[in-house]
Amino acid sequence: MDKQGQENPDRERSLHNDNEDLSPAVDPQDRKLFFYPFVLTFIIMFGIWILLSGKFDPFHLSLGLISCGIVAYLSSDLLFSSPRIKGLLAQWARFIRYIPWLMVEIIKANLHVLYLAFHPRMMELIDPRIVKFQSKLKSDLALVTFANSITLTPGTITVDISVDGNFKVHAIDKASGDPLPGEMERRVAKAFGEN
Amino acid sequence: MDIVVILFLFAGLLFFTGGAVGILRFPDFYSRLHPAGKLDTLGLLLSLISLALFNLHHFSLGALLTSLKILLIVVFVFLASPTATHAIVDAGVRAGLAPWTKGDERR
Repeated sequence: MDKQGQENPDRERSLHNDNEDLSPAVDPQDRKLFFYPFVLTFIIMFGIWILLSGKFDPFHLSLGLISCGIVAYLSSDLLFSSPRIKGLLAQWARFIRYIPWLMVEIIKANLHVLYLAFHPRMMELIDPRIVKFQSKLKSDLALVTFANSITLTPGTITVDISVDGNFKVHAIDKASGDPLPGEMERRVAKAFGEN
Repeated sequence: MDIVVILFLFAGLLFFTGGAVGILRFPDFYSRLHPAGKLDTLGLLLSLISLALFNLHHFSLGALLTSLKILLIVVFVFLASPTATHAIVDAGVRAGLAPWTKGDERR
């Protein structure tokens, strides 16, 4: 839901249309393809509803049920692009396994920038540069995740990506810029099943 | 428990301080965004984790929900902060500001 919003609108629309072609419930197979994303979206929505409302009386719960149902029906193809339950769960499991590694990288790189910020001869240590490289990733979601991961790890900010995966990254010094694309790209590729 | 909370809080404050010092010390627009956009993210993560733990002191369902809401803030900041940083950098590039390189005058 949140990641999709950052993609360019044309691609998002075409993605949307692809899934709408699958969802009209004509024969039972198609109905099934629509069902699982709907249920999963509904469960996530309702979890967030309970978390944010914090009220457990029948009135608030039924209000949540109705509105979550409507929202899940309208936008079930937004959060889960794969209509098959197995691919869907596997994709999210891979993505969740990517997060701890990213956290470790964020902390390591944060310490590096913290060290730079407090260093008395900081002006001699830093050496800002623009790093350009071509990414092998294909899907929009993988590219956006990769770009956000680059920006989250300090020392590097994504300046620009083109649609075919041409990255421009601003790096604070040589040590931050050199490992790109490298291991992070491999891990993102694995998280989205692109290798 | 209190000790863990205090440790996390101070670690978070250390990162926030580093972010503020970094904004003042780095030489130009692009390199200032490095501490501004990212040290804050980790500082926020650490200090909000400590707040969520502190909130669970007297355990109840309401307190648990509040702690989960605090953690939800972290999730949204982790999504929004890199995007905002990228938007600012992009604005700088579009306006035609050249990045500082070694040996230049600091701006």
